[in-house]
Amino acid sequence: MTRETLRILYFYSGIAVDSTSTVLQTPEQVKIIMTDAIRVYPPKPRKVYFYGTCLIDLFYPDAGLAGVQLLEREGIEVVFPQNQTCCGQPAYTSGYHDEARAVAASQLGLFPDDWPIVVPSGSCGGMMRKHYPDLFRGTPQADSANAVAGRVWELTDFLLNVCHIKLDDLGEPTTVALHTSCSARREMGVADVGPRLLDQLKNVTRVEQARPEECCGFGGTFAVRHPEISGAMVTDKVESMITAGAPEFVTTDCGCLMNIAGCAEKAERPLTGQHILSFLWQRVSTPAPGNDDGAQS
Amino acid sequence: MNQPSQHPHSVVQEFHPRAREALANPQIRANFRKAMDGLMTKRQTAFEGWELEALRDLGANIRQRALSKLPDLLEQLEANLTANGVQVHWANDGDEACQIIRDICVAREAKKVIKGKSMVSEEMELNHYLEAQGIEALESDLGEYIVQLAEETPSHIIMPAIHKNTTEISDLLHDKTGTERSHDVNYLTASARQQLREKFMQADVGVSGVNFAVAETGTLCLVENEGNGRMTTTAPACHIAVTGIEKVLEKLDDVPPLLALLTRSATGQHITTYFNMISRPRQPGEQDGPEAVHLVLVDNGRSSIYQDNELLETLRCIRCGACMNHCPVYTRVGGHTYGTTYPGPIGSILMPHLLGLDETQHMPTASSLCGACGEVCPVKIPIPDLLVRLRRESVDGDKLRVSEVRGHGVKRRRVESLAWLGWQWMHSRPQLYRLGTAVSARLRALVPQKLGAWTRYRSAPRLAPQTLHQMMQKRTPTAANTSQQPHREATR
Amino acid sequence: MSAREQILQRLRERRDGPVPEVPASLTTSMVRDWSAAEKLDRFQQLMESVHGEVHRTSATDWIDTLADVLEKRGARNLLIPRLHDIGAQILASDHPGLPELLHYDAPIEDWRPTLFNDVDAAVTSTRGAIAETGTLIVWPTADEPRLMSLVPPVHIAILEADQIFSTFQEAIALQNWASRMPTNALLVSGPSKTADIEQTLAYGVHGPKELIVIVVGAD
Ligand code: SF4
Repeated sequence: MTRETLRILYFYSGIAVDSTSTVLQTPEQVKIIMTDAIRVYPPKPRKVYFYGTCLIDLFYPDAGLAGVQLLEREGIEVVFPQNQTCCGQPAYTSGYHDEARAVAASQLGLFPDDWPIVVPSGSCGGMMRKHYPDLFRGTPQADSANAVAGRVWELTDFLLNVCHIKLDDLGEPTTVALHTSCSARREMGVADVGPRLLDQLKNVTRVEQARPEECCGFGGTFAVRHPEISGAMVTDKVESMITAGAPEFVTTDCGCLMNIAGCAEKAERPLTGQHILSFLWQRVSTPAPGNDDGAQS
Repeated sequence: MNQPSQHPHSVVQEFHPRAREALANPQIRANFRKAMDGLMTKRQTAFEGWELEALRDLGANIRQRALSKLPDLLEQLEANLTANGVQVHWANDGDEACQIIRDICVAREAKKVIKGKSMVSEEMELNHYLEAQGIEALESDLGEYIVQLAEETPSHIIMPAIHKNTTEISDLLHDKTGTERSHDVNYLTASARQQLREKFMQADVGVSGVNFAVAETGTLCLVENEGNGRMTTTAPACHIAVTGIEKVLEKLDDVPPLLALLTRSATGQHITTYFNMISRPRQPGEQDGPEAVHLVLVDNGRSSIYQDNELLETLRCIRCGACMNHCPVYTRVGGHTYGTTYPGPIGSILMPHLLGLDETQHMPTASSLCGACGEVCPVKIPIPDLLVRLRRESVDGDKLRVSEVRGHGVKRRRVESLAWLGWQWMHSRPQLYRLGTAVSARLRALVPQKLGAWTRYRSAPRLAPQTLHQMMQKRTPTAANTSQQPHREATR
Repeated sequence: MSAREQILQRLRERRDGPVPEVPASLTTSMVRDWSAAEKLDRFQQLMESVHGEVHRTSATDWIDTLADVLEKRGARNLLIPRLHDIGAQILASDHPGLPELLHYDAPIEDWRPTLFNDVDAAVTSTRGAIAETGTLIVWPTADEPRLMSLVPPVHIAILEADQIFSTFQEAIALQNWASRMPTNALLVSGPSKTADIEQTLAYGVHGPKELIVIVVGAD
């Protein structure tokens, strides 16, 4: 189940039908340019570890809970290690790697069994999967960091491609826009997952805003270090969704959610948002009224 | 205009004011947005039907292979060029390179230099240098010519005048050259052609950049659309090519894939109008071409980048500008806001090495790390990772790894370091974390609604009444991680 | 120590040791199965898409096309090679439709203003073309100097129909470029152009405003 590092080496050629391809094991020396590894999805496991992330923990626990419920609906037992705190990403992207490593190190021991680790965030998932190996390279924890990294899955990706989830839409007709976070899109490579999940919902019309792949301007500390630039970016994102005709949006990451929904609210624009997991859970369940507090921003 | 001033320290301090100015200028924002949207679409179309990922792998492989043999290839290039009759010079930095070019001009009694597009010469500030020596240096690339007339610097490495619209250019040409005002781009272009043709006829020396230098054959390759590059390298009696030491390729066979990547990534063209390969000066019997050809190899910080296996990847760059075209920050603030020769993502990973982190500390932070740059880079430079690396060096943030970029540690501040230490303290102690978060959830009404920079554009995030930890604990009261309830169905 | 030695020394004495070797395992090999007709079609389509003009002619009537093209533009004169077969054929044809014929047989220094100001068109040979990108391969020679295809406002290129390669790489390999590069080798794809003014294309900014390709043997 560990991530296989496979590389496809094509012979140079312009057009797909013309190419010959060979699958090779990556030689250690050329790893430096082999940035994309092909992921091999495991069969559906009996159990998973759930890594909730600090933003969800504090601000959007409903999204975490929805993720747990969706997994359980698939017959998977969800283990929530109570000692989880934060993946270390805020310090890491700010350059404080000693601090990030200390926090990350405290998390490495939370997943003793060989179950997948699912994360309801592309950004924290990306930190654990992509950056833990670098962060711990040459340290005594390198092996356990690599092992953890290889077991990390972004939750929507896991639901779609490991659980092969089938979503029966029980909700009223509605229209949404989707913002796939940059880390989900580019670090975790799951840009197609959100649309495929939403498109299973028969009463949901998904509209696409202009430049769907453009960053919403969150970027962690970027939003406070460069407030004007970040502000311009998020304002554009809000407007693009409204222009597309979406009264609400869903997103794969709470950072984006906080940013986009917060901007719409502050500017009093007609757009609300929630985490895609909250949305999916609402569509397939019949929640008791008032059970979804905190969902709307 | 938000032009950078010359003094580097102010480059850092002026970043925010310039960004604000650019963001508040609807003309600048519209010019960049329109141009970048067009370039992104064109790039996408140009790669349709191509196995882009395989081609990018190949591009990265070729550049990385060349870098892995760099000193040998430079010697081979020099030997082959010399055998071909081209004179090769080496310069540790921009000043040395400027002096070499001046000396060549002086020896030829050259007074007029015509220039093709060269970012390295921008890096060296060659024009100013030559003018101070009484040598006229005139840009001939239309975009560079416009920028030079406006006494500005390029705002994009491929399209120097992209920040200006037709009206602005028409006014400029009118004021500086007497061209009649017009919105007819053909008219404006034709009038520039007229003016520059005269200059080509008079020029004593042509200075150009180089896109690829092929070691195997001793060949200098130039990519262009206008023909000014060909003119610069052919019409004057002397041609001086100037390039960074990293531009060398091993074999002629390495050129086609990189050319295919370069033009499609840069402007969405299958190929540019001209691909100009120069291997010799004018030979006996030939009727034109320069009698003397020189190549100036400029280090200017590149060999320090070369010392480190991770930073080395920066040198794979083929200067296509795609990372800028796709950068949401660059698109909004434009090139001049960065205040450096190379703006945007490539600038942010390159300039700290050329000027030192102290003089460029704003650059690695001026990114949301969205990864769009790394995704399009034709030679797969992991730009976001390199930005994080430079952020780490800015604060000397890793005791286990060396910091080696000049000016590292410049952003380390006591208060910020303490804050992160506090963050670490709380987040590496799970009980403390749970207590802290539970308490703040309880006391959430007390959380301030004004959070400075954040709430200028957004409402403050609201803490949930209970944390996920608490919710999960309530669901499975006996330590969830040991519970053994297989296949619990939660569907209601 | 010279700058050269200093630079090479810094590169050789890397702090991280020698750069890990990169195998050239990704050797490039072009696979394009285009027939001659497909190559010509593709070449023409791409050349026209960048404002080039393409005429298909036979081995016998290409000079008529040349005369036609020049007449349409009111060219007063035409610069032709002296030694190359196309020059010889043009001279031998004594075609009544052709304007005054000029040769580039003196160093540029002797007639620069005339070339820059008074020559209306030039015709040169090519070493073939590239179908993938719609590109001409032009190797200037003593007989067809470098400025010949650059300075006059109209450049007419003669292309043998059976000399169209699929890709640039194929041309390099089959013509064995690496064994000896000429003083100057050019790939030309359309007339000179710029988009430096607000992304709007304008032709003829420095080089020819028009590029006309006469494909010989395309009948
Ligand atoms: S970093 Fe990559 S995308 Fe940016 S200019 Fe260089 S080669 Fe192009």
